[in-house]
Amino acid sequence: MLLSVVVVPVVLGFLALLVPAHGPRRGLLLAGSAVHAAAVGFALVRTPPLRPGAWIGVDATGLLFLAITSVLFAAVAVYTSGYLGRESGRVVRDAEEGFSFSNKPEAVFVACLLFFLAAMSLVCISRDLGLLWVAIEATTLVSAPLISFHRHHRSLEATWKYLLICSVGIAMALLGNYFLAFAGHGRVHLKLEDLLSHAAALDPIWLKAAFIMLLVGYGTKMGLAPMHNWLPDAHSEAPSMVSTLLSGALLNCAFLGILRGHAVLQAAGLGRFSGDLLIFFGLLSMAVAAVFLIRQTDYKRMLAYSSIEHMGILSLGVGIGGLAGSGAMLHALAHSLTKGMLFLCAGQLLHFYSTKTAADVRGALHRLPLTGLLWLAGLLAITGSPPFGLFISELTILQGTLASGRWAVAVGYLAALGIIFIAMARIVLPMVFGRDDQVEPVAGTAAARPREALWYALPALALGSGSLLLGLYVPASAWHFLNRAAQLAGGY
Amino acid sequence: MNALLEILILIVVLTDFRLLASSRLATLIDTMVFQALALSVIPLSLTAAPWPWRLMTLVLMTLAVKGVVLPWLLHRAMRTVDVQREIEPFLGFSSSVLLGIVLLGLSFLIVRPLPVTASPGAGSLLAGALFTILTGLVIIISRRKALTQVVGYLSLENGVYACGAALAVEEPLLVEMGVLLDVFVAVFVMGITIHQINREFDHIDTDRLAELKD
Repeated sequence: MLLSVVVVPVVLGFLALLVPAHGPRRGLLLAGSAVHAAAVGFALVRTPPLRPGAWIGVDATGLLFLAITSVLFAAVAVYTSGYLGRESGRVVRDAEEGFSFSNKPEAVFVACLLFFLAAMSLVCISRDLGLLWVAIEATTLVSAPLISFHRHHRSLEATWKYLLICSVGIAMALLGNYFLAFAGHGRVHLKLEDLLSHAAALDPIWLKAAFIMLLVGYGTKMGLAPMHNWLPDAHSEAPSMVSTLLSGALLNCAFLGILRGHAVLQAAGLGRFSGDLLIFFGLLSMAVAAVFLIRQTDYKRMLAYSSIEHMGILSLGVGIGGLAGSGAMLHALAHSLTKGMLFLCAGQLLHFYSTKTAADVRGALHRLPLTGLLWLAGLLAITGSPPFGLFISELTILQGTLASGRWAVAVGYLAALGIIFIAMARIVLPMVFGRDDQVEPVAGTAAARPREALWYALPALALGSGSLLLGLYVPASAWHFLNRAAQLAGGY
Repeated sequence: MNALLEILILIVVLTDFRLLASSRLATLIDTMVFQALALSVIPLSLTAAPWPWRLMTLVLMTLAVKGVVLPWLLHRAMRTVDVQREIEPFLGFSSSVLLGIVLLGLSFLIVRPLPVTASPGAGSLLAGALFTILTGLVIIISRRKALTQVVGYLSLENGVYACGAALAVEEPLLVEMGVLLDVFVAVFVMGITIHQINREFDHIDTDRLAELKD
């Protein structure tokens, strides 16, 4: 039953390669998303118990990340089927430099999207750290062709950096796995339950070395500074729905790899060591993101750096643990929803304004009312303003930090959040409210301008509503689930 | 420490130096493959003669992927993009070799205090493995051609594999197969990307992939 979240997308992916017609192929994408969502919903209602010795299974942490992946993929599937109708088979003019290019074959794109879903699901449900590694490496390989869907030199550059940097990073994580196995002197296998129950018998020196390797390896994939160099390029050059999946789902999956390592160290009584490392890299990522956001001119890169910031917040929250750990789990959920909405809006803006330079986008609220409104709401949501979900989660993490008595960390955290709020508001507000005087004379009348199709804004609207709901009301049962997820991730 | 293992470690270290010193792509590929083949028999040299079928399967699969499939993919990529040698790397070939000597010493220094007790000779093997990883990193960072960087990545992968062998890590067959499959697909996808870069740019010098930055 649980395995269907991996098997069904893989089968549908191969079908997508074979089906010649566009319509049915897009149907496969929607079908894959629906089946996946149904399976995840079923697992949420009746969580299958973990069988000892099983390769796959879900605990609260894995289920949370699996659910996030499923929701984002549903939004992306709807958006993509419209998007492919708009882009398919035509030669596109590049927004930045004006040359023409064609897209990758659509079949490959749809198939890779489905394979990507399967690989990310496998990450969430694997109970063996070796299998987890195989799945994370697989996510890199199947998502690389997605980034270069628009075949031109910038996207190829981004793909190459992504492939090489992440592959090298993940090779380091494999080394971490070997160290972890060696810490058990051959008596403990890389099954998560084995590691957790025999944690006290593991050799602490090798355990620490293993965690450092896992953190560097999966941290590269997650976009923690200073291993983040691939991330802004890949996120800005990929088509917007791919950026949505990369930022909202893939980064979380890589984070899950680190969380598994953290849980093992916590069980072995070394939680302080791994926690401090997570806090350090978390703060560093927030600081780096703040610096690069101040002078950012490209709005998709702005979103990418914002992802680095939020991955830093996640890492910080889990590192501190306790209340902050639960906050981090809520943060993961709220960030994915919000960032998904923003990237989908960015795709709309890019389509209508044909530029990624923020200074050339003006008066979005006037020209694209719904997208403009969502873009504005997204700014408030992503910077942690009330009444959105990220406000609650960031506040919870702050509370947890103060409760643990780390005042210096709290000050750094607040300072970075403040700088990032100002920097992003300076970029986004003129885009929304500024006067759109460039377009008016060219288009002549208002009717001549391309109209905003409601269909494209709906997925973004749905994700945004989710983010808003999380800010207004998080039911007690959900908090219970999040606490459990944080606990299993080594948060206590 | 048995004689076979000693010879194999020596081969690994020597191939690393050849990787650092040579500019011809064909040489680089063949050296890397030779290194991978030498490494894939190391598990046999660490275990006594009636080998379990699991180990045999694994060694045979590794030999097939790293000895046949990867070189075929790489040579094909080399022909399609029509590059013969690495010209003007960021770090010259003789400097690379000098750096390699320093890194080799460093590897032995790092490994010496570690409590490696898996088997006699594991310490030297681990040092060799670490040196191979560092060699891979040096090649990735200091060379211009995308194809050379792939060779560097595979050398790094060889080093990680050797680490696993030195620490006598036994992962289930399923995971080992998965790792092999990932390496194969990685080279496959990288090959396709190189091909596309070549068509788009008429060259595969990655230093000209420098438009995206802040």
